[in-house]
Amino acid sequence: MIKSIKTWILVGFASLLLVACGQGGGGAGSKKSKTLDNTKKAGFVKCGVSQGLPGFSNADEAGNWTGIDVDVCRAVAAAVLGDADKVKYTPLSAKERFTALTSGEIDVLARNTTWTLSRDADIGLTFVGVNFYDGQGFMVRKASGINSVNDFRDGISACTNTGTTTELNMRDFFNSKNIKYEPIAFEKADEVVQAYDAGRCDTYTTDKSGLAAQRTKLSNPDEHKVLPETISKEPLGPVVRQGDSVWEDIVRWSLNTMIEAEEYGVNSSNASSLKDSDNPAIKRLVGAEGELGAAFGLDNDWSLRIIEQVGNYGESYKKHIADTGILPNRGPNELWTKGGILYVPPAR
Amino acid sequence: MNFKNFKLNLSNKNKDLIPQILTVLFLILVVIYFTINAQSNMGNRGISFGFGFLSQESSFDITFSLIDYDGSHSYARAFLVGLLNTILVSAIGIFFATILGVTIGIARLSQNYLVAKSAEWYVEIFRNIPLILQIFFWYFAALRALPLTVDSINFYDISFLNVKGWYVPKFVWTNFSIFFYSLIFAFILIYFLAKYAQNQRDKYGKQIPTLYLSILLIIGLPFLTFLVGGVSLSFEIPELTQLSKTVYVYQGGVSIIPELISLALALSMYTATFIAENVRAGILGVSKGQKEAAASIGLTKGQILKLVVMPQALRIIIPPTTNQYLNLTKNSSLAAAIAYPDIVLVFAGTALMQTGRAIEIISITMLTYLSLSLSISVFMNWYNKKMAIKEK
Repeated sequence: MIKSIKTWILVGFASLLLVACGQGGGGAGSKKSKTLDNTKKAGFVKCGVSQGLPGFSNADEAGNWTGIDVDVCRAVAAAVLGDADKVKYTPLSAKERFTALTSGEIDVLARNTTWTLSRDADIGLTFVGVNFYDGQGFMVRKASGINSVNDFRDGISACTNTGTTTELNMRDFFNSKNIKYEPIAFEKADEVVQAYDAGRCDTYTTDKSGLAAQRTKLSNPDEHKVLPETISKEPLGPVVRQGDSVWEDIVRWSLNTMIEAEEYGVNSSNASSLKDSDNPAIKRLVGAEGELGAAFGLDNDWSLRIIEQVGNYGESYKKHIADTGILPNRGPNELWTKGGILYVPPAR
Repeated sequence: MNFKNFKLNLSNKNKDLIPQILTVLFLILVVIYFTINAQSNMGNRGISFGFGFLSQESSFDITFSLIDYDGSHSYARAFLVGLLNTILVSAIGIFFATILGVTIGIARLSQNYLVAKSAEWYVEIFRNIPLILQIFFWYFAALRALPLTVDSINFYDISFLNVKGWYVPKFVWTNFSIFFYSLIFAFILIYFLAKYAQNQRDKYGKQIPTLYLSILLIIGLPFLTFLVGGVSLSFEIPELTQLSKTVYVYQGGVSIIPELISLALALSMYTATFIAENVRAGILGVSKGQKEAAASIGLTKGQILKLVVMPQALRIIIPPTTNQYLNLTKNSSLAAAIAYPDIVLVFAGTALMQTGRAIEIISITMLTYLSLSLSISVFMNWYNKKMAIKEK
């Protein structure tokens, strides 16, 4: 009985997935990657980004995408296709993002997505790493007299986005404090900002990087402040489809290369001159030693291209997050050697 | 089987049947192909399929719910909350759209130039602006126009309107069930009274004032329960509470959230324009001779409209108005844009995101809208049949 209900319900949606047929997939375990082949054939990397979050993925008036999430896709394009600009961006809402990835509309999802167990294990996705360590916080009006989350009282109303982990964290937080609250969840970030600005809710909660970015959109940014407490862990990172381990490795090591490059002081301007460095780790990074690219069917200069065309993680962070005033302080997103928690396995 | 004989045996009717059977077979094959394809694709990607998630804890809260709900309830319960909210806003929308639509429709035919022109302007403006913009307009205009909680608009110290919603007193009943049963009993009595009155009129031409008797019953019976049934009613009036230096909130009472108000307002004002046009078409569709004949036997203008024109016009008005009711119900899914927790926002939004079960959730949501629309359709068809000309 259940089997037959399943079949009938599947019927209506089969057409959606038909689009996916023939893309991606690929046999796990083999060296062949269907996604890699298709990407080379198409000549661009299909990358899913946000609908506009300054610092992470945001388009200017001319339609050029920038941000640290965008740089992950650019790194993959540089590694696979030799040109970081060969990326096709698809802006996605929080709701659409995973379906777009599993159906093959995009091949890399770099959209400030929190890595959680259920997302990783349950719905056909694989997280390849973390490119930003974030945490959820609260923004309030300065005049409200609320200086910490301990000042929240029963009846407080909180605006946020639907379809994100913030909705769940908010509940966990208020429940643990035993505070009755009114949750107001909008589909798009712009409407959250407008409703909060109009006074519909007393506090606005989302990832702290998001709060810092959205604050600039308020009518009087100076009248608002972000509370010091962080109520959750939000490791944000790029995601790929489950089942194509070669593609998964390419995206993972494209990101790792950027972080490791910063660790060894290799950047976009000095990379090519470091080919005859004394340090074998640096030589491997710029493709002067070893045959690392062959492991995923790429040439040996793949990592050099990433560093030259996109830059190392530090350059990317400075350009998109620090210099734009979103979060000048790197906090946990500093290298492990400098007191942060950025630590990637060695490329060897 | 002998093919030649088979061909000879075909009557004309059977010949028509063969292409139809082939078409159906082809469609079935296509459907089977897609199903198998979807199943194998999902299998390849390691996506499981099933409805087990419905009984899991949802772990998200919803602003506004007609039934008891919080994050410790199941996804199935969250679905029900969303469904009830969709039905609520659709019902409110249909109610006001009908009243407003009929009024505007009749006003458009008024002899009074100002009334007719205003009605025309109303129709032309509101039906030609996309609904989503109207929803945004009412929501954000209302939010910007309404005062903060601390300077709420005060209605006689019992009801308060501010940017966080409209706060009204909550009814606190004792022995509510007795009151409720007395209401049902009153309705049953009215039903038999109406039957009896019709019988008397048909048989003996005797007029019984059913309307006044009904009003008496529906007010009198429940009122009696207060006197003898131990029923009592008190009001819980919302009270202003200070949460911090500038943050205030009304607690107690019932809060009607601005999302619901603006969505219902936008839906009914938009749909009313189409209903108004249906009403106008229906009235104009009744031949002039009918009105003149009614006038010639001395009926007043109001009586002509009520007894002669409207019963005939309704036959023309009901079918297209059914469409408008269906449209309104489906349009209520735009609620997601302004955070009204309807089924699309709660279930096809948050629940979908938390579980990642796109196929299951979207199919449930689609089936729900389908059933909702079909129920409205069935009801309206029944009403239409009742109103249709009964040939005697």
